[in-house]
Amino acid sequence: MMNNPSTPAIQFDKVSRYFGEVKAVDHVDLEIIDGEFFSMLGPSGSGKTTCLRMIAGFDRPTSGKIHLYGQDVSSLPPYERDVNTVFQDYALFPHMNVEANIAYGLMVKNVARQERTKHVDEMLELVRLSGFAGRKPSQLSGGQRQRVALARALINHPKVLLLDEPLGALDLKLRQQMQIELKAIQKRVGITFIFVTHDQEEAITMSDRIAVFNQGKIEQIGSPSDIYERPASSFVAGFVGTSNLVGGEIAKRTTGSEQTFSIRPEKIHIGSVSDNPASGMISLDGVIRDVVYLGLFTRYLIEIEDGVDLVVVEQNLKSTSMDVLSAKGQKVKLSWHQDHISRVGG
Amino acid sequence: MPSKSSDTRPGASWGLKLAAFGTLLFLHFPMWIIFLYTFTPDETTYTFPLPGFTTKWFGVALQRADLWRSLTLSLQVATVATIAALILGTFAAAAVYRSNFFGRESISFLLLLPIALPGIVTGIALRTAIGGLDIPFSFWTIVIGHATFCVVVVYNNVLARFRRTNATMIEASMDLGANSFQTFRYVVLPNIATALLAGGMLAFALSFDEVIVTTFTAGQQTTLPIWIFSQLSRPRDRPVTNVVATIVILITFLPIFIAQKISAGSSETEGETK
Repeated sequence: MMNNPSTPAIQFDKVSRYFGEVKAVDHVDLEIIDGEFFSMLGPSGSGKTTCLRMIAGFDRPTSGKIHLYGQDVSSLPPYERDVNTVFQDYALFPHMNVEANIAYGLMVKNVARQERTKHVDEMLELVRLSGFAGRKPSQLSGGQRQRVALARALINHPKVLLLDEPLGALDLKLRQQMQIELKAIQKRVGITFIFVTHDQEEAITMSDRIAVFNQGKIEQIGSPSDIYERPASSFVAGFVGTSNLVGGEIAKRTTGSEQTFSIRPEKIHIGSVSDNPASGMISLDGVIRDVVYLGLFTRYLIEIEDGVDLVVVEQNLKSTSMDVLSAKGQKVKLSWHQDHISRVGG
Repeated sequence: MPSKSSDTRPGASWGLKLAAFGTLLFLHFPMWIIFLYTFTPDETTYTFPLPGFTTKWFGVALQRADLWRSLTLSLQVATVATIAALILGTFAAAAVYRSNFFGRESISFLLLLPIALPGIVTGIALRTAIGGLDIPFSFWTIVIGHATFCVVVVYNNVLARFRRTNATMIEASMDLGANSFQTFRYVVLPNIATALLAGGMLAFALSFDEVIVTTFTAGQQTTLPIWIFSQLSRPRDRPVTNVVATIVILITFLPIFIAQKISAGSSETEGETK
């Protein structure tokens, strides 16, 4: 291990935050490793943002403790925590120019003006905004404001950087570009990043590890491939990517257990009814009910029993739209490797 | 003949233009009368046209010690009341905006009440309170009386500004290491500065020309409006009063003009000034 496992960057010890009756965060235990890019993923209202706000100090836990590199910070005000935040709406100071915005953290600490200018220049270079020092936030595009917010948060060299859905307001192209850039900046500065998002693709693209939040609790923590390939619950299987959930009688017939399992659409192979399943493969007969041609791939809806449909995705390696669209109504045999299923309980 | 203006909108009809000018004239006519009779040599009656032209009343006004005492008192009262209003109004607006405490709506309502209440009611209430508590009339009783309605003006302006200010800015400031004082100094204050200026000028103007509440809280002291009011019983002094009125008009013109410019510049929507 290159990190000292005894002092995690952030440690949640049975942290809860209740708003009246609502359990926004409910007994969460969590360890975030020094230097990692950690994402908190979940739908709105799942408690991920509340967790972030408690790390920043804008909110205090109802019960439980939060440790920052071993120090209990649960009741410290935001300005006494070595943590900085990039806000969803950037929250730049409109009456200050870019330089003053970025230098703010140094100014309130009474760092000499010359020193400040030097650090601001470094930061502007890091976020590729050299030459923009004199502009007002209102004269910047969304992507540029985003970079200023990032530079402003990084100039203090915090131990942990918090990012609250910072890419939400950007258009798709810019968002993808910023994802790559953020990841590169994180590598360069070596600071622990905690990234809150509801966009599973974003989390998978950028993170070293992901925590999936649902109703104030963490459903699963793991690497992006863990989360995707081995979802621990039906919620994770459904929220991260698309997934087929199979349970009850069919589960018993195919796997020998009634426990619900999840199988990803791209892992299912469509064959002809006469095919013999190879060893280690699970197979089911079905009828193609619907075909959606999507260019790169085709999405099939296949009924395996009355009212039970599986989504199957196949790349259009050889087939054309004519071929796939005529497949509607055909009887097929579906098969997948037994290693590709995940038991999700229930 | 109505000429086509370069604007794409059709020009207003003659009737509307006439009505508009008529209204303006109606509003400003009394002021011009005052201005005009500042220069009359005839001290008791308003005759038109003026029987002559003189500027001697400016000299007479300059000699009047009672006038200067009341003007000074009014300026001092307005200044102190405005400062008190700026501080209290800002705090009240901040509290109502930031926290959600029990009775917040009632506080907001109670703050607005003094400006809605007839001045005579506020005046009697203050007089009773001052009398009941055996407080001697002084400079400060006038200031307290004026502050009751000056606070509202500042409160309204600042609250309107707070509502348009991004609240995460304050969190961002604290997050970057600024304590509460620094956050106020570097982030909050610059954002509400123009609202404070506009609210403060309005508060000053309100205090400066207040008569009713002052009558109940001044005791034997004479503020400028009360001095002018008392002049009514002295017809021979009429041109001197006109001189004072003219000077006051000229002096108030400037801050109102500036306040308007500031409000327009920041596309303000504070209910009070509109």
